Amino acid sequence: MLKIWSMKKEQEKAENAGEGTTAPAPKKKRVTAAQLRVQRDLAELSLGNTMTTEFPDPDNILSFILYIEPDEGMYKGGRFSFSFNVTPAFPHEPPKVLCREKIYHPNIDTEGKVCLNILREDWKPVLNLNAVIVGLQFLFLEPNASDPLNKEAADDLRNNRDGFKRNVRQAMAGGTVRGETYQRVLV
Amino acid sequence: MASANVHPASEPARWKYLDSVRTRPGPFTDASTFNGSVVARAMETMKVLVIGAGGLGCEILKNLALSGFKDIHVIDMDTIDISNLNRQFLFRQEDVGKSKAEVAARFVEKRVRGVRITPYNCKIQDFDEDFYMQFQLVICGLDSIEARRWINATLVGLVDENIEDSYKPLIDGGTEGFKGQARVIFPTVTSCIECQLDMHAPRAAVPLCTLASIPRQPEHCIEWAHVIAWDQEKPFPQLDKDDPEHINWLYQKALDRAREFNIPGVTYSLTQGVVKNIIPAIASTNSVIAAACCNEALKIASNCAPSLGLPDANYMMYSGNDGIYTYTFRHERKDDCPVCGGQARDLPADAAWTLRELLDSLAARPEAQLRQPSVRTATKTLYMQLPPSLEEQTRPNLDKTLAELGLDHGQEIVVTDPAFATVIFMFKLKFKSR
Repeated sequence: MLKIWSMKKEQEKAENAGEGTTAPAPKKKRVTAAQLRVQRDLAELSLGNTMTTEFPDPDNILSFILYIEPDEGMYKGGRFSFSFNVTPAFPHEPPKVLCREKIYHPNIDTEGKVCLNILREDWKPVLNLNAVIVGLQFLFLEPNASDPLNKEAADDLRNNRDGFKRNVRQAMAGGTVRGETYQRVLV
Repeated sequence: MASANVHPASEPARWKYLDSVRTRPGPFTDASTFNGSVVARAMETMKVLVIGAGGLGCEILKNLALSGFKDIHVIDMDTIDISNLNRQFLFRQEDVGKSKAEVAARFVEKRVRGVRITPYNCKIQDFDEDFYMQFQLVICGLDSIEARRWINATLVGLVDENIEDSYKPLIDGGTEGFKGQARVIFPTVTSCIECQLDMHAPRAAVPLCTLASIPRQPEHCIEWAHVIAWDQEKPFPQLDKDDPEHINWLYQKALDRAREFNIPGVTYSLTQGVVKNIIPAIASTNSVIAAACCNEALKIASNCAPSLGLPDANYMMYSGNDGIYTYTFRHERKDDCPVCGGQARDLPADAAWTLRELLDSLAARPEAQLRQPSVRTATKTLYMQLPPSLEEQTRPNLDKTLAELGLDHGQEIVVTDPAFATVIFMFKLKFKSR
């Protein structure tokens, strides 16, 4: 009745020259598009020696933690962690990334939100998880005063670079900067 | 109450004009699949599923009932809001707050004698494959990409090459203001919704730092309240976008911020619009798109004329933004589509093999030659080469047997390899000892 059946049979005939049909396997849970893409992306991660990952549940590759230990720049000596949560809409939506420590950084607010263009307005499905971790790493090498999420930190960076550096050291040691107490992240 | 069994012979006059279309071949009718004498009966017994009973859904239900379909089912999880009444014409003011699916079903049953409409007031995800298997045709009038992808993946997953009835044509309509689209998907035969995902323009996002430091528009103030202020203050445990109290909290926050930056234009309804991402709907666009979808349903069910998707064009776009423009084209299937592409190939194996032996066999197989494979199933990470922490966690699996890992005959596995960066290999385990 529906024409689709005869079409499919013709398509199959054209594709394979006679392989015996097999008994249908019981229906299994299908691998989702997001899982497929993450499996591929993970194999392409270049973590170098400044980054490591942790998978609380290895069977769930959509949720993991990334650790960054910058080996140069103002944040050298600290260890920062980011939670990665990949939604079923990935790669059509960016992964959700949050900094797990309260840190003093012009582009990361005290709730852990990160201002990185490819995590929001400039995300494209052709980008991958590696692009995100490279972007995060870059934030520690070159904090950016023109995209402020932590306004005080951005002002400090813009107006008094040496003072900003001192504040970074102080905050990383668990100290207080401008009345805000930060978490100790020194290794 | 409507009665389900009204034979067309008893009411020939009623379907006279429809019959002159659906029971006679036209110049392009495929003679091998057309049989005019059984069309009416086939359409009467065919089970059609409509997903969504909103702007498009109301039109679709009405059109199907008036096109000779008599066993229609409709799913919608929403209740009727007063703002729906300007275009969702099956609803009246006293219906506000009631289930869209139920009110729409009762209304059409009352107006079109002999049609039976079964409503489901729930999410499409609440049903399993067995439920979807009972239908012969699915028509979507949805406003979410997520729901489209879900039903698409489900219908593709139903396909069993040995069962004719497992192929469910999917007709999908969509509108946004004056623009719309109608498309037909024959699962695993033509390009699917996942293949066509790049046709959806992503929602434009504003940089987080603009929201945080230099808002310029009322929308920026609302997004700030939604994305930043809510998380900082957490006035309620979970944001419910349909709760007026929650929207009002966001509205007040946005208003304060707009005052601080001297930005006019923040209103309650704009707040609702931004937070819920409401796109203005135009009733006539819904009519145009629903009509196109239902004509395709009639043609697919009756074979009286070639439908969209057979054999060439499968996508009709419509734009009323600047005069009228429509264009029909063929969207190609993607070989690497994660839903309909890459039919799993059989992989000979043995339940007594270790995972390492299975991976070695992948390296040896001439069509694969995968030397650094990473392997997963839908629910289990079997072995990943990278990143190092995951490699370490999954390494013990290498020495377990496939049986110990819970892998059965017929299990689908996904294999990736850095040597084939863009290719994803799908295999289906075939145990020898069967």
